[in-house]
Amino acid sequence: MSPADDLPEDLGMPRPSTSVDLRVTGLRVAYRRGTTVVDDVDLGVAANTLTALLGPSGCGKTTLLKTVAGLLTPETGDIRIGDTSVLDLPAERRPVGLVFQKPLLFGHLSVGDNIGFGLRMRGVPKPTRRRRAAEMLDLVGLPDMGRRRVSELSGGQEQRVALARAMVLDPKVLLLDEPFSQLDADLRSRMRELLRRLQRELAITTLFVTHDQQEAVEVADAIALMLDGRIEAQGRPADFFTAPATLRAARFFGATNEIPGTLSGTEFCCALGTLRVAAGGRDGSSVLIVRPEALRLGNPAPATSEQPNTVPVTVIDVRYRGTHQSVRLRCPAETILAATVPAALRLEVGEEMALRLLPDSCRVFPAEHRQGEDQPGEVPKRAGQPVAPARTERSHA
Amino acid sequence: MRRAVGSGLLATGLLLPFIPLLLWAVAGDFRYPAVVPELSGRGLGMIADPAVLDALVTSLTIAGVVAVLAAVIGAGAGRALGLYTFRGRRLVQFLLLAPAIVPTLAVTLGIQVFFIRYGLADSVAGVVLVQLIPTVPYVSLVMASAFANFDVESEDAARVLGAGPLRRLILVTVPAVGPGLVVAALFAFLISWSEYILTLLIGGGVVRTLPLLLFAEIGSADLPAAAALSLVIALPPLLLVALTSRLLTGGTPVAVGMRRL
Repeated sequence: MSPADDLPEDLGMPRPSTSVDLRVTGLRVAYRRGTTVVDDVDLGVAANTLTALLGPSGCGKTTLLKTVAGLLTPETGDIRIGDTSVLDLPAERRPVGLVFQKPLLFGHLSVGDNIGFGLRMRGVPKPTRRRRAAEMLDLVGLPDMGRRRVSELSGGQEQRVALARAMVLDPKVLLLDEPFSQLDADLRSRMRELLRRLQRELAITTLFVTHDQQEAVEVADAIALMLDGRIEAQGRPADFFTAPATLRAARFFGATNEIPGTLSGTEFCCALGTLRVAAGGRDGSSVLIVRPEALRLGNPAPATSEQPNTVPVTVIDVRYRGTHQSVRLRCPAETILAATVPAALRLEVGEEMALRLLPDSCRVFPAEHRQGEDQPGEVPKRAGQPVAPARTERSHA
Repeated sequence: MRRAVGSGLLATGLLLPFIPLLLWAVAGDFRYPAVVPELSGRGLGMIADPAVLDALVTSLTIAGVVAVLAAVIGAGAGRALGLYTFRGRRLVQFLLLAPAIVPTLAVTLGIQVFFIRYGLADSVAGVVLVQLIPTVPYVSLVMASAFANFDVESEDAARVLGAGPLRRLILVTVPAVGPGLVVAALFAFLISWSEYILTLLIGGGVVRTLPLLLFAEIGSADLPAAAALSLVIALPPLLLVALTSRLLTGGTPVAVGMRRL
């Protein structure tokens, strides 16, 4: 996988012929004062799949979404739905549906009339609108709610009506801008399931904006990671864990252990000694990334038999997390690594252990210049598992 | 029970001033120590005077046009103030409110010269224009708070659903701020309806509204005539408020909106 790679062609799903893909190429969006919010973005959403556009707040993902919807005009670039460019179509005539963060239902209309609003704009007669609205309400699990006032709905119901209002128009592309972020956790996960079911049943090409990495992984066929107005990497959810395309992508997905060193071929020379890594990296000054859950912790081996990629470590901190434990380990040369181990494993602070770094789970990226582009704020905290990043006290020389 | 007493007191307080007015309106001779006046149709007969009917029409026209214009202008200003933050927002806010703070007489004396120069003096159009000065600030204020509660993204939502600019305005924005708009227009109508000084200065006595006639009668010390005219002046606003109060209280959308203001 390379940065901004094309989507994998086959995601193992039936693909009705009516479904079309969304393709954004070279898109640049700037606000008046010359600040570029979306910069040279290439993004593809394969027909009948759901792609999550993931990124921290302020990275430009909502701007990108609004540009696809036609609410903002790009400086350069193209947006294609199927084979046709939609750049010349104003928002009111683009074949897209958009669900906002807030439901934005029209308070003076009934639930049914809200859903029928788009059909009314197309001149669909009232009886048909009523029928279609009722069908959509059944579909989103709110049967017979058509006559209700909007003010009688709960937050989750409102967002379901908003979803129905967008979907009733049979959009070729459905755009969702963090639609569930204002709901509580339990409701959010049920809404995700509903969305997933609807998206599959109706076979709609969907772009789902979220800042929640967990949500993206759970709901999407593919993830496009957006950082600072650019697509950092695009691929299947699993790729971001097992084979992240870039250092920043790996960091965003919580690969917090970074070991600086030098790569030559499949040998990585660092403070922990010489480690074997998978082939494919570029020789020279590099950073080795390894996920906390990929580290293997075991009893110290007899000093005589030296195993490859095994480092003696001291446990310096153990945090019980219910389903697992987060451990901090001091390695040689004051390098500190974070590891995730099974909850049942008995560990004492100060215990001497052996740590194995499996060559396949170690990713090596060219070292980036530390100044300027690498602010500490860029690495978002992951909800639920704050793991202190590994640091080396030794200089990089 | 308590509520009934409260509303009873309120109604009495509002209606009490009308009792002497009613008495005077039907009075012929009304001197101490008489408690009830000697009845006469002269005062009420005044109402049927063509001059009064003309003034009634003029007043209704001016107040109606002022209400509509002020609502439109004020809605625009209120939208800008309620929805957006921009450079010089506070200055615009102050300038909009200034006419409500600075005595209108002072403003009008300064403006009158220009009205005369541009041929707007002594005309209904001129009076309408000058009455926008005291009305627009109130409308802007009411509309600013109405728009502050309006999510402007609703317009985007409607747009993506296929609504063009006009339909977004009519089907989304106006219904959402409608309650505020009704109240604001009502304010403007009432301010215009009882305006005296501006009408006199700019209308130059040519444009005769009901308050102008009333002041003339008061000046001539014809109390029955003045009382009858006062009733004519008081009735339309009362009717208007009575009609809209059904909209403004209870469970109607307007009432819900009002409570949000």
